[in-house]
Amino acid sequence: MSESVLKVESVHTYIGQHHILQGISFEAVADAVTVLIGRNGAGKSTAIKTVMGLLAATDGRIIYRGQEIQRKKPYEIARMGIGFVPEDMGIFSGLTVEENMKVAMLVEDKTTHERLERTLNMFSDLRKFWKSKAGNLSGGQKQMLAIARAIVNDTSLLLIDEPSKGLAPIVVESLVKAINQIKERSVVILVEQNFFMASAVGDNFYILDDGFVVHSGVMEELIHNAELKSRFLGISKTANTG
Amino acid sequence: MEATFIKRRSRELAVAGVIILFLLPLLGISGKTYLTLTIAGLAMGMLLFLVASGVSIIFGLMDVLNFAHGALFAWGAYVGFTVFNMMMKWVTAESVFKNFAVFLFAIIIAMITVAVLGIVLERVIIRRVYGNHLFQILITFGATIVLVELIRVFWGPNDEVMTVPFSFRGNWDVLDVIVDRYRVICITMGFALYAAIQLILKKTKLGIIVRAGVENREMIQAMGHNIFRLFTGVFAVGAALAALGGMAMSVFSLQVYPDMGGTYLLFAFIVVIIGGLGSVTGSLVGAIIVGLSYNYVAYLVPWAAAGANVMIMIIILLVRPAGLFPAGE
Repeated sequence: MSESVLKVESVHTYIGQHHILQGISFEAVADAVTVLIGRNGAGKSTAIKTVMGLLAATDGRIIYRGQEIQRKKPYEIARMGIGFVPEDMGIFSGLTVEENMKVAMLVEDKTTHERLERTLNMFSDLRKFWKSKAGNLSGGQKQMLAIARAIVNDTSLLLIDEPSKGLAPIVVESLVKAINQIKERSVVILVEQNFFMASAVGDNFYILDDGFVVHSGVMEELIHNAELKSRFLGISKTANTG
Repeated sequence: MEATFIKRRSRELAVAGVIILFLLPLLGISGKTYLTLTIAGLAMGMLLFLVASGVSIIFGLMDVLNFAHGALFAWGAYVGFTVFNMMMKWVTAESVFKNFAVFLFAIIIAMITVAVLGIVLERVIIRRVYGNHLFQILITFGATIVLVELIRVFWGPNDEVMTVPFSFRGNWDVLDVIVDRYRVICITMGFALYAAIQLILKKTKLGIIVRAGVENREMIQAMGHNIFRLFTGVFAVGAALAALGGMAMSVFSLQVYPDMGGTYLLFAFIVVIIGGLGSVTGSLVGAIIVGLSYNYVAYLVPWAAAGANVMIMIIILLVRPAGLFPAGE
């Protein structure tokens, strides 16, 4: 059995007065991509923002590599090796690509520079637009930059929120390739509505609905379960999700 | 399509409009008077920039409306005033070196003192009201009252005369244009500060993190940077800039008085709104606009001087609601 990297246990999160996460539990294990999937408003983004410490868990435990992190501040969590790519990508538009990467690099030693080289080889467009303002990049390039920033440090867990949102299918395909490369080095938790992407990179899945985890399993099972896809993801039973 | 062009080029249009507006007084006044007014306006603009840059950085990064900035400005002036009194021989000496040395020493002491005051202010009261503008206004307004009363306790309630260092007094006559010496020093100081801030913001990692933080604070935290330590540092720098402004302005206006911060704080907010929150370049341009327009209008239509700045602010906000150079553009 694979080692547990992140364990979320009965976590509750409020946004204002709204009770968004109502005791969800999920786990991310080593050498696997865990996908949180579900309809709009199911609580997927809230779940990873809570893991990242950007939203407070009012109850429950979040355990990362044996340590409880639910009371830690986001910067402390990031320094423990958790990378985060938000839904809006969080790009600093007024900064150049180079400056965006500089902000992301917590330590500027030889190993980090080697990692930077590897990252730039993976996303070659970033090298091309190195001195350009990040705000001038295309949607796909911005997503690449957002992911590159998150993996330039020694990241052992990467949280990615809907990377395929608003991107052309060809760009989504290149993201799939990139995430498959990343998963060789880091554990990935992916929030995704695009079933093509979720199924192409995911190993395990958790379906969220109205703040609850309603189903979980291995991705293979979900791919072949038309009933589940139709009920919770709104995918027609006859649709070819490829 | 026209509307899109105007939107796209709104900054250039606004700047061009302001330049045309500033050339208009040439129709009614002589070239020499115009140049004298321009130098006076630039000097005033630079002094305002010293104050406004702190307000802009603090609001831009921390989203804190710091109404205590004016009181910190006054503290800077009073600390400088004390240093001048303690080293009066150097202030009145007929030596350029001694005059500049004591001026720089007073500035450094004022900046350090007020930076420490800023750190205390941020840690003790402002940290508790992050994210709540109403509370920030109330609590920093309260801090202003306390800080101004402390000035009255330590230095007394009366206006005091600020001595101008000997070499800074008088004018130069450049091709029949009267150029006040201290105004030239103020203009130089303003541009030097702008260059220094730009250098730090663009060339150092800390500066790049601050610029990134102005755009997206949440992301900065998620990238592993302790935003609270950054906030304290930025607030201290903002307070130190207020002190620099206060010290420089007191030599310009030849006096210090406990409530002096309030007058200049209003101008600083106008400057920051015109220039765009969180942008140092915006603060510089905004300060020059306010300084020049105040001097031109004060000469031509004295009663309309203060109102002119508010009018310019309204016009610029209609064309560019986020100001001329908002952070992130």
